[in-house]
Amino acid sequence: MSADDPAERQETAVPAIELKGISKAFGPVQANRDISIRVMPGTIHGIIGENGAGKSTLMSILYGFYKADRGEIFINGRKTDIPDSQAAIAAGIGMVFQHFKLVETFTVLENVILGAEDGRLLKPSLAKARRLLKELAAEYELNVDPDAVISDIGVGMQQRVEILKALYRQADILILDEPTGVLTPSEADQLFRILHRLKDEGKTIVLITHKLREIMEATDTVSVMRRGEMTATVRTAETSPEHLAELMVGRKVLLRVDKAPVRAGRTVLEVENLRVIDEEGVERIRGIDLKVRAGEIVGLAGVAGNGQSELLEVLGGMRAATGLVRLNGEALALSGPGSDGQARRAAGIAHVPEDRQREGLIMEFHAWENVGFGYHRDPAYRRGAVFMNNAALRADTEAKIAQYDIRPANCWLTARNFSGGNQQKIVVAREMERNPDLLLVGQPTRGVDIGAIEFIHKQIVALRDAGKAVLLVSVELEEILGLSDRIAVMFDGRIMGERLPGATDEKELGLLMAGMAREAA
Amino acid sequence: MDFVTLIQVLDSTVRMATPLLLACLAGLFSERAGIFDIGLEGKMLAAAFFSAAVAAITGNVWLGLLAGVGASLLLSGLHGLASITFRGNQLISGVAINFLAAGMTVLIAQDWFEQGGRTPSLTGPGRFPPITLPFAESLAGVPVLGPVYSELISGHPVLVYVAFLAVPASWWILFRTRFGLRLRAVGENPAAVDTAGVSVVALRYGAVAICGLLCGIAGAYLATALQAGFVKDMTAGRGFIALAALIFAKWRPWHAMWACLLFGFLQAVALRYQNIDVGGFTIPVQAMDALPYVLTVLILAGFVGRAIPPRAGGEPYVKER
Repeated sequence: MSADDPAERQETAVPAIELKGISKAFGPVQANRDISIRVMPGTIHGIIGENGAGKSTLMSILYGFYKADRGEIFINGRKTDIPDSQAAIAAGIGMVFQHFKLVETFTVLENVILGAEDGRLLKPSLAKARRLLKELAAEYELNVDPDAVISDIGVGMQQRVEILKALYRQADILILDEPTGVLTPSEADQLFRILHRLKDEGKTIVLITHKLREIMEATDTVSVMRRGEMTATVRTAETSPEHLAELMVGRKVLLRVDKAPVRAGRTVLEVENLRVIDEEGVERIRGIDLKVRAGEIVGLAGVAGNGQSELLEVLGGMRAATGLVRLNGEALALSGPGSDGQARRAAGIAHVPEDRQREGLIMEFHAWENVGFGYHRDPAYRRGAVFMNNAALRADTEAKIAQYDIRPANCWLTARNFSGGNQQKIVVAREMERNPDLLLVGQPTRGVDIGAIEFIHKQIVALRDAGKAVLLVSVELEEILGLSDRIAVMFDGRIMGERLPGATDEKELGLLMAGMAREAA
Repeated sequence: MDFVTLIQVLDSTVRMATPLLLACLAGLFSERAGIFDIGLEGKMLAAAFFSAAVAAITGNVWLGLLAGVGASLLLSGLHGLASITFRGNQLISGVAINFLAAGMTVLIAQDWFEQGGRTPSLTGPGRFPPITLPFAESLAGVPVLGPVYSELISGHPVLVYVAFLAVPASWWILFRTRFGLRLRAVGENPAAVDTAGVSVVALRYGAVAICGLLCGIAGAYLATALQAGFVKDMTAGRGFIALAALIFAKWRPWHAMWACLLFGFLQAVALRYQNIDVGGFTIPVQAMDALPYVLTVLILAGFVGRAIPPRAGGEPYVKER
């Protein structure tokens, strides 16, 4: 091996970040256990792991949000204490959080200088930032209008502002936490181009994600975390998605969804010229036609905020609309009496809402109470006209806990005390066991770990195989492609086109999601 | 209404608007930083009492002002402690401060002065005297502009000028300084400030302190300039009217001034025209007195268009991953 070999050079260089024996506990929960990691300068280092594996905690320690119980941090070979974010910034660390930390009413420029102003007056700071932003834009292709107000620009742009914030503070190390969750595929590609550019300029990048594909495509090295521990660090070129998944979960995982060919029957759901105008007078759905047949999963792809949520809400009885919706040939009321969730359930629609913590569960209530919601009028849960039969409800919950392998298996725990995956299983169990004609599922696996994803996907497919209609909304293209028998893409309140999963790919769907190539593609 | 009456009503408007304006700006700083404060009323009341009491005892209105501001700052500190440090409910803390002030002022007044819960009447150096601006007298003869200058602009206690100068000052601080940028940011998204390496807690305490200072001046003005001494519940809901004006003004200093002048005008009209005859029907004085409060309710009920408050208002900041 010659001395010019990059791999060789990496071994001998001083790591940009070195963590030694980091441990952090929250009460009885050990979020990080004796974690050691070396991130080499000028590389893209991926950190992958399931939700709750401790990735975010580790990065929060590095950014001064939490203090580690034990362990040492070395930045560029120097032992560094990071008691707060100020210290992290001083050490040259910049962080792009999953949920952006931007002031929505401020301009790009104001957000960039916030906390890094020169002097007490704003004018000189703003002028300097404007100049520097121009330079950074030229250097890294990070073009953003400095005078745009954050709430007026898209998430992709907002993310660039976050990166610019870090670069403005002269960060050499950039940590990105689940950066592609809110992006279209083309925006994600753009982001990765920017990241490679930054890497070429000598910046060190830590990429936290649960998407195996991104790790495989973008990173040089990858570390895997499981249950608070660092289980492996490998060269990306020397590993495979299957191997990484196994390292993450601790057992072999099926990454593909196994399902029989579709045998679609009669039309269950028929939507014609549906329109929704929201509270602010904005037209969110601009005339949609859609059919879902029995024994078929229709996937609704789209970037969040293009009307999919509103469609689910209309069908689930949470929002008024105009147009026509037929279920098994019967028109449903779209506003006024008979258009609420109760009526929809009676009609045979079950709904796994997108945001389980706000719409699917009451976090402070017990698991068994949550299992009863929406079905509390079911005679099986009632004792006479007035009283609930709580014992029956609890017994039913126990049965569901066993059947869906919900852990911990204790119906007296509040919803908050379950992990994301198990919370979702509670909702899924409640809705699917009603044997609905139509199942609405929104983001079924958001914030759910790989093991539970596999389980939930199997349940959805089983329902479809039993001859039920399923309408799936997801921002995860992989999920849409893997589960759906037919894919409709939404953009700006309209359906841009329908595709069959075998006859399309992420690239084409990505274009449709971005509003391009209407029907022509 | 002839010209002289108009000047008199407007002059009265300025006087009535001053405490509202000070309280409104106080609320503006607090709420812009994300701390809702319905305790403006209580802080003003406490300041009114302590300024009058100290002015009565020492005979020095400046010491009175200092005591009033001190009392208001203490209550602000309490609100800060409850809502920033202990992340309590800001509304409840505000309500508690209002009750505390309403009860304590009368109780202490009775204990100290034994005049049925009021302070002795303030005279001479115990009150803020009107200030005559330069050339007021010599210009009084000039038509129109003369009376406007000598009657309307000149001849107010110093705190009136403080209140109106506080408007451009507040605007400048909020929109032209680093502190203002951070303060507005912390009211919209404290996480952005925190991740930028700036202390959310320090900023919010700073805002609450400014709020206490301005409320203190407002209370002192009531008891030692507008009136001559403290009487029970003398703030008469001004703290709440100031909040309504703040919403009306959509949390902006210049708009706050106009909103407070509008409320001040209604109060001045009610003072001037006790019973108004409209075609043989007499509008009773109570109806006139109620006008500012009716407008308050209308504003709070959202009849003046949607006002979007600072996004993080009322929410304690808890660090999250």
